[in-house]
Amino acid sequence: MPSIAKPLVPLQHLQRNDLGLTVRDYEGAPSTLCGGCGHDSVTAALIEALFKLGIPPHKIAKLSGIGCSSKTPAYFVRGAHGFNSVHGRMATIATGANAANRELTYVGISGDGDSLSIGLGHLAHAIRRNINMLYVIENNGVYGLTKGQFSASADINSKSKKGEPNLLPPIDPIVMALSLGATFVARAFSGDKDRLIPILQAGLSHKGFALIDVISPCIQFNDHEGSTKSYLFTRQHEVTATDFVPPREEIVAAVPDEGAISVTMHDGTAMRFRAVPEGYDPTDRQAVARFVEDHRARGEVVTGLLYADDTVADLHDLNKTPAAALASVTYDRLCPGSDALVKLQASFR
Amino acid sequence: MTTLDTPQDLAATQVRVNDFAVKLANVNGTGSASANGLLMRAIFRMGIPVSGKNLFPSNIQGLPTWYEIRVNGSGWTARALDYDLMVAMNAQTYAADVTEVRSGGYVLYDSTWPLDAALARDDVTFLGVPLTQMCVEAFERPKERLLLKNICYAGVLVALLDIDIDVVATLVDETFAKNERLRESNQRALRMGYDYAREHLSCPLPFHLSAMDATRDSILIDGNTATALGCLYAGATVAAWYPITPSTSVMDNFTSLCRTHRRQAVHRPDGEIDYRNDYLIVQAEDELAALGMVLGANWNGARAFTATSGPGISLMNELLGFGYYTEIPAVLIDVQRTGPSTGMPTRTQQGDILACAYASHGDTKHLLLFPANPAECFDFAVRAFDLAERFQTPVIVLTDLDIGMNDWVVPSLTWDDAYLPDRGRVLTSADLDVMAEFHRFADEDADFVTPRTFPGEDSRGAYFVRGSGHDKYGGYTEIPDKYQEVVDRLALKHAAAAGHMPGPVVERRDRARIGVITVGSCDLAVREAAELLDATGLPVDVMRIRSFPFQAEVREFMAAHETCFVIEQNRDAQLRSLLVLETGVDQSKLKSVLVYGGFPLSAKHVVDGIRNSLGG
Ligand SMILES: Cc1ncc(C[n+]2csc(CCOP(=O)(O)OP(=O)(O)O)c2C)c(N)n1
Ligand code: SF4
Ligand SMILES: [Mg+2]
Repeated sequence: MPSIAKPLVPLQHLQRNDLGLTVRDYEGAPSTLCGGCGHDSVTAALIEALFKLGIPPHKIAKLSGIGCSSKTPAYFVRGAHGFNSVHGRMATIATGANAANRELTYVGISGDGDSLSIGLGHLAHAIRRNINMLYVIENNGVYGLTKGQFSASADINSKSKKGEPNLLPPIDPIVMALSLGATFVARAFSGDKDRLIPILQAGLSHKGFALIDVISPCIQFNDHEGSTKSYLFTRQHEVTATDFVPPREEIVAAVPDEGAISVTMHDGTAMRFRAVPEGYDPTDRQAVARFVEDHRARGEVVTGLLYADDTVADLHDLNKTPAAALASVTYDRLCPGSDALVKLQASFR
Repeated sequence: MTTLDTPQDLAATQVRVNDFAVKLANVNGTGSASANGLLMRAIFRMGIPVSGKNLFPSNIQGLPTWYEIRVNGSGWTARALDYDLMVAMNAQTYAADVTEVRSGGYVLYDSTWPLDAALARDDVTFLGVPLTQMCVEAFERPKERLLLKNICYAGVLVALLDIDIDVVATLVDETFAKNERLRESNQRALRMGYDYAREHLSCPLPFHLSAMDATRDSILIDGNTATALGCLYAGATVAAWYPITPSTSVMDNFTSLCRTHRRQAVHRPDGEIDYRNDYLIVQAEDELAALGMVLGANWNGARAFTATSGPGISLMNELLGFGYYTEIPAVLIDVQRTGPSTGMPTRTQQGDILACAYASHGDTKHLLLFPANPAECFDFAVRAFDLAERFQTPVIVLTDLDIGMNDWVVPSLTWDDAYLPDRGRVLTSADLDVMAEFHRFADEDADFVTPRTFPGEDSRGAYFVRGSGHDKYGGYTEIPDKYQEVVDRLALKHAAAAGHMPGPVVERRDRARIGVITVGSCDLAVREAAELLDATGLPVDVMRIRSFPFQAEVREFMAAHETCFVIEQNRDAQLRSLLVLETGVDQSKLKSVLVYGGFPLSAKHVVDGIRNSLGG
């Protein structure tokens, strides 16, 4: 748990990003989650990703719903405004916040209960509106905070800690998002930091709604045998669809061009996929959905950056709002004034 | 029965100028609304105080609908319950409609078909005009015949009531300025009805119009349009909503106002013209989302609002409590309709008073504004944003269907160009420079408000919004004293807001010992009732409440009267309950007059209610 309090002695060897900040500047309050909870690993990876991208802390807005997962925005970037909302409604808060100020980087953290049950409708509509934000589902297949009830992502016939089978089919956020027109879809495993960090970086750089489903085991209530969201099960059944070089990252390793696919981000940088299975095209929505479904039928969990399209209009493009935050438009530009009021009342005569 | 019936002996032939009521019975979706609106607007343009109440069904086409026009030279234009003239255009409701005409009144009917003798009344004069036959002969297409029948009866009424035909003709020209064919056919239908009436009926009727000069400085506007204008002028940039009658036209109007006043043409490099919109309106997936978006936008420093009705208020409850506890401004327009549940969506009521005052679980209280007419809708919409930001809390403006969807004659709206939005206590980077440390809920002012910061401004102003228990520093807490310290301040803040909100409007009469308390759209009917009571020897003082929490004047008014009647439009005496709960007034002195069937209040309801209660 890297978010545990550390001595605030500046360490010379800590790397600095473009802003001259160290990773410490992206940390938050000490976590109060259970030791070993997958969510803490996601927090740690987010801290790294935000640090690496060099986003100024005050230009970050952190939002969440309710759940163990939704507590985590308190545990990263203490210099950013945070918004721990109510259960299932984070996407609506983020939509309004984004409408008011398009200049911030929005980081939304949610759980599988928060996003796939009580807040499913809002998630679906945030995807449709292509709100420019990172939306992370810390998916553990259970309601952690209310102590172990099945969530809507629990696989059929997977077992609860008490041994009861789940009788209902799961909602797969990846497949659902693809069918709703999502513009960035990825899945990662909280235990695989090396792959999670670049995926988070890519999601943060994406213009539009970036959905990342992170399998994030709940060690209290869903890490037993029979669970399909446990550390062990995930490690054993993970299939990585794609690997890639995150945007704005120097390409150090030699990337074989052969079979590599490149997706251009809105800022002009390219995201290059490598180790892509033959025939896999991260820009072909239907094919990606099929790929994920086929593997799921075989009991495998596909991870990786699965689909990306940076060319789709977001909420602001569609509404032709100013380039700067709506909240910064000065009042004199907003109020038509007394003369206009006199004129427009002619139609009320 | 012939098309020209001689007035009965008992028909009141006494001449009454600018003081009568007409009720029009139509079928929904047949185009009657525009004809009825035309008549009302023409009367307004003749300078005469008038009201038009649309009593419509929750249906798109085929069900009965009524429109009531009341003309009153003294300005008493609340709903009338005695109709001098019934325009009976709906066979379905004909029998019932005829019974509603006052004795000595008139019924205008379509004499294309013979009238059922069984439905006749001896004490009422029947005026037949073969409207359908005339339209079939004059117009080709079936749809045209149906629509123009309405304009044709409007023409008849112009003659019967002495409405200025030139004024009406000008209105028709204006309405169809862009479509010459429609302009011509409408003018023809109007003349047809007018000429027929002049030739076959004795025009005008004993009650009729005479031009005045009482509306020169007034406009004819519905409350939802006025509310939308208020939101525009207040500088709202973000709006989110989910369609629901009767609030939908708030956002429809806001949208079209923004298109006109908040849109700039931008010349693109490729020579094309594009637009830049200084607003963003989201049609949300539900009302929970709508309020969530409004809270998110306000947190981020925009002025944002939503408009809804009762069912939406129910859905918004959790987030209303969240906004209250986390101290985020929000403006909510609740255009009340008849509940409970879906209730009667197109009928009016004041049934959300308690639901709004204490919306959400736990100890919550909200700031409420109660406009009485469209002019106050404009004014209070602007004030709602100032109050929401000054007190960092949701503000609910409670209008109702009668105010929101009916056209009212109100004084022209005015705007003070010196107005600047009251953003309340907001800290900038410069403020943070000179502070030791910022804590979100510390450093309260005299009104118990603490300063906030906007995201994106400065790391030193960063704080964590949480609906969970927090102390005055904004940190999570489960410690009783620290939790209580914050919620106790919230109670004080709520009470302090009273002094900044519009106080009651009090109208006193000599020797009055009885008080009458009312709210919102009851205003006109209650004040008219007070005149009527006074004329029959019962002077009363009237107080109209305009906001919650209540001001000291509200308590004083109740203390100064032995008995107060509380007039409101709901079953459970919600305003009375709120007064009892919040002021500690002796509840035995508050008596209720409740009218909640869904139609707007009439002075007669009030007079009868008070008289009955006092024992005749
Ligand atoms: C309206 C409402 N209903 C129920 C709850 C109780 N509740 C809190 S967290 C939670 C489930 C959280 O599950 P998930 O989103 O998967 O988060 P996790 O704890 O597993 O990370 C529930 C049902 C609540 N806070 N609000
Ligand atoms: S209960 Fe589960 S999800 Fe919650 S903190 Fe503990 S391990 Fe994490
Ligand atoms: Mg969960």
